Amino acid sequence: MTTQALRSPALTVNGEVTAIGDVSVHTTVLDWLRDKGLTGAKEGCAEGECGACSVLVARAGTDAPTEWTAVNACLLPIASLDGQELVTSEGLGSAAELHPVQKEMAVRGGSQCGYCTPGFVCSMAAEYYRPGRTCGTGDHGHGENGFDIHSLSGNLCRCTGYRPIRDAAYALGDPTEHDALAVRRHAPPPAPAPTGIVSGEAEFIRPTTLDQALTVLAERTDAQVVAGSTDLGVQVNIFGSRPALTVAIDRLEELREFSFGPAEVRLGAALTLTEIERRLSGRVPLLSQLFPQFASRLIRNGATIGGNLGTGSPIGDTPPALLALDASLVLASARGERLVPLAEYFTGYRQTVKAADELIRTIVIPLPLAPTTAFHKIAKRRFDDISSVAIGYALNVIDGVIQDVRIGLGGVAATPLRARNTEAALIGQPWSEETVRTAAAVLAAEGTPMDDHRASSSYRSAMLGQSLLRFYHQEVSA
Amino acid sequence: MSSLSERPAVAVVGVPLPHESAALHVTGTALYTDDLVQRTRDVLHAYPVQSPHAHARVTALRVKPAYDVPGVVRVLTGEDVPGVNDAGVKHDEPLFPGEVMFNGHAVCWVLADTLEAARLGASAVEVEYEPLPSLVTVREAIEAKSFQGTGRQLERGDVDAALAETAQVFSGEFEFAGQEHFYLETHAALAQVDEAGQIFVQSSTQHPSETQEIVAHVLGLASHSVTVQCLRMGGGFGGKEMQPHGFAAIAALGATLTGRPVRLRLNRTQDLTMSGKRHGFHSKWTVGFSNDGRLVALDATLTADGGWSLDLSEPVLARAMCHIDNAYEIPHVRVVGRIAKTNKTSQTAFRGFGGPQGMLVIEDILGRCAPLLGYDPLELRRRNFYQPGDATPYGQPVRHADRLESCWSQVIAGGNVAERQAEIAAFNASHTHVKRGLAMTPVKFGISFNLTAFNQAGALVHVYKDGSVLINHGGTEMGQGLHTKMLQVAATTLGVPLARVRLAPTRTDKVPNTSATAASSGADLNGAAIKNACDQIRERLAQVAGGRLGISPADVRFENGVVRGLSGDGIPWNELVGTAYMQRVQLWAAGFYRTEGLHWDANAMRGEPFKYFAYGVAASEVEVDGFTGAYTLRRVDIVHDVGDSLSPLIDIGQIEGGFVQGAGWLTLEDLRWDESTGDRRGRLATQAASTYKLPSFSEMPEVFNVRLLEKAHEDGAVYGSKAVGEPPLMLAFSVREALREAAAAFGPAGTSVDLPSPATPEAVYWAVERARGGVSWSG
Repeated sequence: MTTQALRSPALTVNGEVTAIGDVSVHTTVLDWLRDKGLTGAKEGCAEGECGACSVLVARAGTDAPTEWTAVNACLLPIASLDGQELVTSEGLGSAAELHPVQKEMAVRGGSQCGYCTPGFVCSMAAEYYRPGRTCGTGDHGHGENGFDIHSLSGNLCRCTGYRPIRDAAYALGDPTEHDALAVRRHAPPPAPAPTGIVSGEAEFIRPTTLDQALTVLAERTDAQVVAGSTDLGVQVNIFGSRPALTVAIDRLEELREFSFGPAEVRLGAALTLTEIERRLSGRVPLLSQLFPQFASRLIRNGATIGGNLGTGSPIGDTPPALLALDASLVLASARGERLVPLAEYFTGYRQTVKAADELIRTIVIPLPLAPTTAFHKIAKRRFDDISSVAIGYALNVIDGVIQDVRIGLGGVAATPLRARNTEAALIGQPWSEETVRTAAAVLAAEGTPMDDHRASSSYRSAMLGQSLLRFYHQEVSA
Repeated sequence: MSSLSERPAVAVVGVPLPHESAALHVTGTALYTDDLVQRTRDVLHAYPVQSPHAHARVTALRVKPAYDVPGVVRVLTGEDVPGVNDAGVKHDEPLFPGEVMFNGHAVCWVLADTLEAARLGASAVEVEYEPLPSLVTVREAIEAKSFQGTGRQLERGDVDAALAETAQVFSGEFEFAGQEHFYLETHAALAQVDEAGQIFVQSSTQHPSETQEIVAHVLGLASHSVTVQCLRMGGGFGGKEMQPHGFAAIAALGATLTGRPVRLRLNRTQDLTMSGKRHGFHSKWTVGFSNDGRLVALDATLTADGGWSLDLSEPVLARAMCHIDNAYEIPHVRVVGRIAKTNKTSQTAFRGFGGPQGMLVIEDILGRCAPLLGYDPLELRRRNFYQPGDATPYGQPVRHADRLESCWSQVIAGGNVAERQAEIAAFNASHTHVKRGLAMTPVKFGISFNLTAFNQAGALVHVYKDGSVLINHGGTEMGQGLHTKMLQVAATTLGVPLARVRLAPTRTDKVPNTSATAASSGADLNGAAIKNACDQIRERLAQVAGGRLGISPADVRFENGVVRGLSGDGIPWNELVGTAYMQRVQLWAAGFYRTEGLHWDANAMRGEPFKYFAYGVAASEVEVDGFTGAYTLRRVDIVHDVGDSLSPLIDIGQIEGGFVQGAGWLTLEDLRWDESTGDRRGRLATQAASTYKLPSFSEMPEVFNVRLLEKAHEDGAVYGSKAVGEPPLMLAFSVREALREAAAAFGPAGTSVDLPSPATPEAVYWAVERARGGVSWSG
C-alpha cells in the first residue's frame, strides 16, 4: 500500500517521536501500536466496551493546562493523533521499576490473566494524574485519596471480580514532584496538527479552521466527519466501513466554545462529554444526572456531544435530556448558519434535518433552567450500557400546579421524541399522585417500543409509566 | 497424614504471593499468543467465511474471486485436508462442513498477507446454500426429539413410591440460559513449520495435548510431528478446553500448505458466533418434602442444550446429574439426563462444567418451595444439609460434610446475618418502592475429572549445575495462578528460595499426554507431579548430603537453600548440587501423579468419581427498585474451603472472581438467539461486548468479605490444599436467591417467586409485578 504524506505525520509515544509511517488511514491506534511492538494494549472487543486497549493521550485539561486522558486505542485512527503525545502501559514503568499504579495493581492481586491489565493500568493512571483529584471522605464511589472508581467503568475484567483493582486504586498516593508525567501537566497540550494523509484510495485530513472544514464538506459529498471516533471506530472495526475521506473536526476551536449565561448555555459540538461535565460542574442538574450514565469514562473522554446528536441514533443518551432542556442546535455550512430546535431535528431512523455539508457547531440550552429535572435510564447494566429506554424531565410547578413540563424520550421509537401527549396531560394539572397516575398511563402508551435483545416492548412501555411514578415519588420524598 | 499432604515447617506454599507474572501483566510486557505475530516474519492472516444460515447444505463454493483480491495467498477448503476433516474427538465436527449446522459456522478460511486482505478475500468467496429446517431452542429440540450422545439415568431409592407417600409434593419446569465465557483474549493460534516438516503451534489452549492430537489427525501426521505451546491465556474458563483445536488445525494446515507462519485470531464477534458456551438447560421436576421440611424425593429430567455437536456435552451432563443434590441429602432420587441437538454453537466446558446447572435446579426448587412449605429458606436449606456418614445418590460418601455446617455458621456469625435480617425486615416494612433481600446458599462440589483416566499428570524438573531450578508441567496458565502455585510447590519440596525456581512455558514436547487444565484440578494434579519429581531429586541429593555430613540421608533437611542435618552447619544448596554433579548424580527427574481411589461406572452412574468435595457458603444482600427491577448487590460474605491454601492471595482472587462470574451468569449475562422464522433465524443477537454485558465495577458487591475456612487440611492432596477454580462460582446462587427474597417482599407474606435465569432487571421487574399482584406460582 502506498502512502503519500503531505507532511510527515508523527507523534510522541512514550517520550519518543515516532513517524506514523506507511499505514492505511483506517489503521487504529491499537493496531499501529501493536505493529510497533508495543503489544501491551490488547484488543478485547474492538468497539470501546472493554478498555483492554486503553492508552493515555495528552489533552487540554480543565484543572491544568494538560491532562493525561485515557481513551480507547481501538476506536481512534492513528492519523488522528498526528502531532500528539501518547503513553502506553509500557511507557509508564518497567518490571524493574514499576509505576505506582502498576505496583499497587501487582501486589494486591489486581491481575489474574493479565490481558485486561495494561488497559486498567492506563485508565487508573489517568485518574491518578487527574489534577482535580483531591483527598476526600471516601464516599461511595470514591476512595479516601479522591479516586473516582467510575474512571474505571469502561474497563472490563473477567477474572478478579474487581475488588483488588478497587483496593489498588484507593491505595494510590499522589505523584511525586519529579514525576515526568505529572510535570507535563503544567505545560500546554500539543497543538492540533494540520494533518493530510493519503493511502491508497483513502484520505484523512484535519482542517485547521471551520471554514476549511465546511469547504471540504461542500465539495466532497463522500466525506465522513470524525470527532471522538467512538461511533465511526465501531463502524470501521465491526461493520467494515472504509470512508474514502475522513475529516477530523474535534480540535476545531470554532466547535469548542463554552459559555454559561445569562440567557443560554452554549456548548461547542466538539467538546467531549467529560469536558462538558467538568466545565458545567453541576450547573445543569439534569445533565449532571446524565453524565455518569453515559457510556463509560473512557468513552466520555473521546465522545463529543455533537457526535451523539450527529449520528441521529434513537438510543443516544443526550437527546432525551436535551429535549427536556428545550435545546437547539446551530448548524453550520459553507452556505451559512441556522438554528434548529432539537425537537425538530430528528426526522427518521438515524435521519435528521442536517444536510450532508452541514456540521453541528453549537448546542444551545436556554436559561433559566426548569427548577425540577431528572434523567432516567433503563438498561441491563447500571453503568456503561446502552439504554433500553431513557427519559429526561424538566418540570415547573407553581403553587402546586404544573405550569410547564417537557419530557424527552429515547429508545421507544425510530427517533428520540417529546412525550407530547403526556405533557398535555400534565400541564395545568395539580402536581399530585392522581395526576401522575393518569399521566403515567398516557406516557406508557407513547412511542412504538420494540422487542429486542435489550428489552421487550412491554417492559419498555412499562418503564415509561413507571418512570413518571418514580420521578414523582423521588420529588415528593426529596 | 499422607506424605503428599504433609507440609514442612518451612514452606513457600501458604505464603500470600502475587501472580508470578504480575509485573509483566501490569507493564504490558506479558506475551499472549497473538503478541507473537509482531515477532514473526512473513505471517499470513486467516479469516473465516461464515454461514448466514442456522442449517443449510453447501451446494456451491467458489473461492476464485478471493484470489482476485490483492494480498490473498490461499483459500483453505475441505479438499486441502490431508488427514481427518474433523476438529473434535467424537468425529461429529467437520473442520470444513459440507452442511452448515449453525449461523456463523465457518465454511472455509482465507489466508492473506494482511488481515484486511483476508477479510476482503473472505467476503469475495461465493457460497451457495440450500437452507434446511432448523431447531434453535431447547424446547424445539425436545419437541422434535432431537437428541445426541448417550442419555443417562441416575437413580437411588424408590422415587415413585416415596412421592406417593410424601406430604408435600410440588412440580415445575425451569429453563435457564447458558453463558458466554468472554475471556478477554479471544481464540488465537500461530502455526509454523520447520525444515523437517515439524509443526509448531502456539495456541491459547487449556489442553495442549488435545490440540496437538487434533492438529496431527487433521494433517495426517503422528503426534510426534506436532508440538503445541501455550505461554499463557488471557482467560479460559473452560472455553479453551475443546474449542481451540480446530482453530489451531486451520493455522497448522495453512502453514503446511504455504510454508509461511499462519496466524488465526478471532475477533470478538467471530469468537462469540463460532465458539461454544456454557450449556443452557431445560429441567422438569417433581419434588417431595416431609412435613418437617426434609427433602424426601426428587424426580428430575435435565435436558442440556448441546448445540450442533457433542463436544463435551456428555461429561457436562454427567457432572450436572452428579450435582443436582448440591449440599442436600435426598433419600430418593431419579435424574434422567439427555442432550438436545440444536442449530447453535457447540456448547462446551465452562467453569463448573455442568455442576452449576445441576445445582441451580435444586436451589431453584428450594427457593420456590420454601414459602409454600412455610419455611424461611435459610432454615429449609440448613436442615437438609448432608450429615457425616451420608452418601450421594451415586454412592460416594460425603466426607467432611460437617464443613457445610462450619461454613454456614461462620457466615452467619461473621456476616451478622441475624441482625441484618431484622434490619431488612424493618427496612422493607417502611419502604414501598424498594425492598431488600438476604439469602444464603451452600456449595458442595466434587473434585476430580468424572472420567477417571484424566486424573493423571506429569512434570519435568531440571536442576542445573549452578543450583538453579527449571520446572515444566502439563498444566496451562489462564490467570488462575497455577504457575505461581507450582513455583511454590517446587521451592517448598526442594527447600530453596522461590527465586531459585523458574517455570518454562507449557509444551507438549516437555510433558506428553497431559489432561486439560480443567475441572479445578490443575494444582492438585500438576502440583503432585512436580512434587514427585522434586522428591526424586531431593532423595538423590540427600544421599550426597548424608555422605558429606556423615549422617543418615533420612536426617537431611532442605530449608531456605541450605541442606543440613538435625544440628550443625549445613551445605549451601548450590554447593551440594555441584558436588552431586561431580558424583554423576542425575539432577533432573520426570514426575508423575495419578489420583488414587477413584472409580466410576459411567453407564450405571455409580461410584466414587471424586477425590474430595470442596465446600463453601455465601450470604448475599440485594436491594431491588420496584419501579424498574434494577438492583444493587449490597453485601456479600463468604467462607470457603480451599484446604490448607497453597497461595492465599491467589485463592481469594479465585473465590471473588468466580463469585462475580457466577453472579453475571445468573443475573446479567443474556445470550439471545434469534428464534424467529425470519432470515436471521439462529443468529446470536448478543454477539458483541455492546450487547452481551459482563459484570463491571457497578455489579461488584459494595461490601465483599471473603474468608478461607480454617483448619481445613485435606489429606491426600498436595500440601493439604484443595482445588479452588470452579466451586466459588456457585456461591453466586445466593445473589439470585436474595433477588427472589426481595421480589417476594413486594407481595404478601409467603409469596413464592418464580424467577427466570438470568434474573435481569426486566425479569426481576416482572417477578415484582407478579408478587405485587398476588400472583404466586404454585406447584
